[in-house]
Amino acid sequence: MVAAPYFEKTRVLKMNEEYVLELQHITKIYPGVVALKDVSLEVKKGEILALIGENGAGKSTLIKTCSGAVIPTSGKIVVNGKEFSSMTPQLAAENGIAIIYQEFNNVKGLSAAENLFLGNPIKKGFVIDKKAMEKEAEKAFAQLNIKINPKTLVGDLTVGYQQMVEIAKAIKQDAKVLIMDEPSAPLTSAEVESLFKICELLKAKGVSIIYISHRLEEIFRLSDRIVVLRDGQYIKTLTTKESHVDELIHLMVGRDLTESYPERKKCIKEDEVVLELDNLSGNGNHDISLKLRKGEVLGLGGLVGAGRTELAQVIFGSAEKTGGKIIFNGKEIHPRSPREAIDLGIALVPEDRKRHGALLDISIKNNISMPIYKRISKASVINSKTEVDTANKYKKELLIKTPSINQDVKNLSGGNQQKVILAKWLAANSELIIFDEPTRGIDVGAKFEIYKLINALVESGKTILLISSEMEELMGMSDRIIVLAEGHMTGELKKDSFDQKAIMRMASAVVGG
Amino acid sequence: MKNTIVSQVKDKAIWIVFIILFIAFAFANKRFVSPSNLFTIARQVSMYGIAAVGMTFVILIGGIDLAAGSIITVVNVVCAYLMVEMQFSMVAAVLTSLILAAAIGALNGFLVAKIAMPAIIATFATQIIFEGAAYLLSGGTPVYGFDERFKIIGQGYVGPVPVPVIIMALCFALGAFILNKTYFGRYFYAVGGNEEASKLSGIRVKGIKFLIYTLSGLFAGLAGIVMLSRTNSAQPTAGKGFEFDVITCVVLGGVSVSGGFGKISNVIAGVLIIGILTNGMVLMNVSSYTQMVVKGLVLIFAVGFDSLQNSGVLTKA
Repeated sequence: MVAAPYFEKTRVLKMNEEYVLELQHITKIYPGVVALKDVSLEVKKGEILALIGENGAGKSTLIKTCSGAVIPTSGKIVVNGKEFSSMTPQLAAENGIAIIYQEFNNVKGLSAAENLFLGNPIKKGFVIDKKAMEKEAEKAFAQLNIKINPKTLVGDLTVGYQQMVEIAKAIKQDAKVLIMDEPSAPLTSAEVESLFKICELLKAKGVSIIYISHRLEEIFRLSDRIVVLRDGQYIKTLTTKESHVDELIHLMVGRDLTESYPERKKCIKEDEVVLELDNLSGNGNHDISLKLRKGEVLGLGGLVGAGRTELAQVIFGSAEKTGGKIIFNGKEIHPRSPREAIDLGIALVPEDRKRHGALLDISIKNNISMPIYKRISKASVINSKTEVDTANKYKKELLIKTPSINQDVKNLSGGNQQKVILAKWLAANSELIIFDEPTRGIDVGAKFEIYKLINALVESGKTILLISSEMEELMGMSDRIIVLAEGHMTGELKKDSFDQKAIMRMASAVVGG
Repeated sequence: MKNTIVSQVKDKAIWIVFIILFIAFAFANKRFVSPSNLFTIARQVSMYGIAAVGMTFVILIGGIDLAAGSIITVVNVVCAYLMVEMQFSMVAAVLTSLILAAAIGALNGFLVAKIAMPAIIATFATQIIFEGAAYLLSGGTPVYGFDERFKIIGQGYVGPVPVPVIIMALCFALGAFILNKTYFGRYFYAVGGNEEASKLSGIRVKGIKFLIYTLSGLFAGLAGIVMLSRTNSAQPTAGKGFEFDVITCVVLGGVSVSGGFGKISNVIAGVLIIGILTNGMVLMNVSSYTQMVVKGLVLIFAVGFDSLQNSGVLTKA
């Protein structure tokens, strides 16, 4: 039915044979989005190549084309002179490409040795030969200077050691190119040191490494060359020794700000603090302190995994706080469930609209009424007139495009689903609305409508905490921006000093460890 | 337009199956359609219908209640024991037994909601516990010798209509009322559809689960009272296997085993189908083992249809 997923031919060009892996003009188009646009890069034998870029720059998509997890729309992948139009997981393995993802591919209930031989165990007749595997594993670990007892269950190992088992597995399968996606993110600083040592060792053995990280100083310490991506496009390749942090940041964020954002009236009540966090810790965050005034849009910037969503969960009562205070309208609060937070006047428009935001199989009307059912019921019986009136009111106010409020939410477009979620919180009389990536996966026209709604909300006295990974949106919509990195606050900027580079620098700062 | 007609037909499909089966049995055996036999069927299914209301709620949130059968046994034995051995009045014995049934349901709710045990294991464990407990209490022998008036619940008539059928109808009405008119009924659908999103919309998901298992216990208890009155003696194995018939009725009635979808009106059809299948097969002298085979097959078809729909095989053009 479909043509062969790849083609293969021996290359004649000798010139490029110093490269073990070449990506040539890779383009990946998803319906409505160009994720990668004509990206090329080359990896030399025995080098550590850093791949950097902002959230959504296309790093993950690009490396997934190497493993076969993403099929490029066009372009070529050349491995040791062999050309492929796309990879499959088997082809990648056969050609010596291995990827260490952030989520490990291991079986926690099996030993380190068994994980090393997963899918390919040493057998003695019909039974697996544990002794032989443990011996082999010991050798493999020794080669990489890893001190792990092969008999230990992988689930009992720390994240750092689990990662080492993954690396050892890749090397045992004869990987020539090892791709690591944010490998240092879950590690302690001591573990990061061990990781670096392993990387150096592999480099000396002639293995090439593509290293993805947002920690710029790691990249300066470890890499030989740096490739910068931005908005799905190749920007530049630099030799690490000859480059500088400022240059990198400039390349990562150096886009022209072209999009326009709707005008907003001045509506901040300087002396009315709605939300104050006082050294708040919990859910991966440490000592976050901030103040949010009535009518203000406070932007929360940072890279993916910086702890912004986690902070929102603590304020909304869906994750526990371990220290510090949340002060809402002058009173300290301890929301232990979303219900409690909602009753106090706090609302969350979550990042994952389909899984956490809307109840897809239920009507618009029911979705909007969900937080207020108790209020609109008498002796448990719903006052259906109030329910219908409320839904119709918000359908009109928020311009929800639907033939009927009885329509299931799954039948709406992304923008309209987002409006239903917002309607729910307006019906619940929320005062503080936390938006987590409110325009993700929403088309441009609907985005602008959401921005206008955000403006209308603050103008009517609501207060907004806006989490966004889109630099332009963050700068365009916020009155003030606070940046988080790895669970710590790394900076604050007022509107007149918004600057992409400053935000990027704060977002890639390494705090503690 | 076309879509709504298709979904309308799909929604009523179970009633069409019922009508076809009904006609088939009517042709196969003349006695089947006699008024007395039809009332017999209604009386026979009444216990299943009553318990099915609670089970509908449970399955609606993606759960299961395997303890329903042993709750029936417990209610049989305890209610009889209270009336015969403890000289409780009829009303006091019935109320005490119903409270006990609800308490067992609440225990299931506690295990599933608060301890976060998988429902299938939690209710399986309580099923075994209470089956054993009922046996211990009764000493393994039937208990009988109740007040004559107690028979009314299971054997009485109001005009031509048997009392248990009236009780069943009231339970169905109550179930439909809860699901369609009350706010916690809406919560059942929400929790069944997406627990996490429900929680983030302010629903106390654990509380809802607790409530549902308690209600399921209560409805099973009521079915147990009806059964005790019908048989006029408490058997220490009275409710054995009962839950499977109830689950079959509910699933056959189109309540999605993965939660979120289902209507009481269609569950009624599910209950009636099991009723006429059993009755029809008995009239045709089909052995009870063959009946088991047929019921198992019916269950596979019902759930299989649901699963295929979920996987999208049937919706693709």
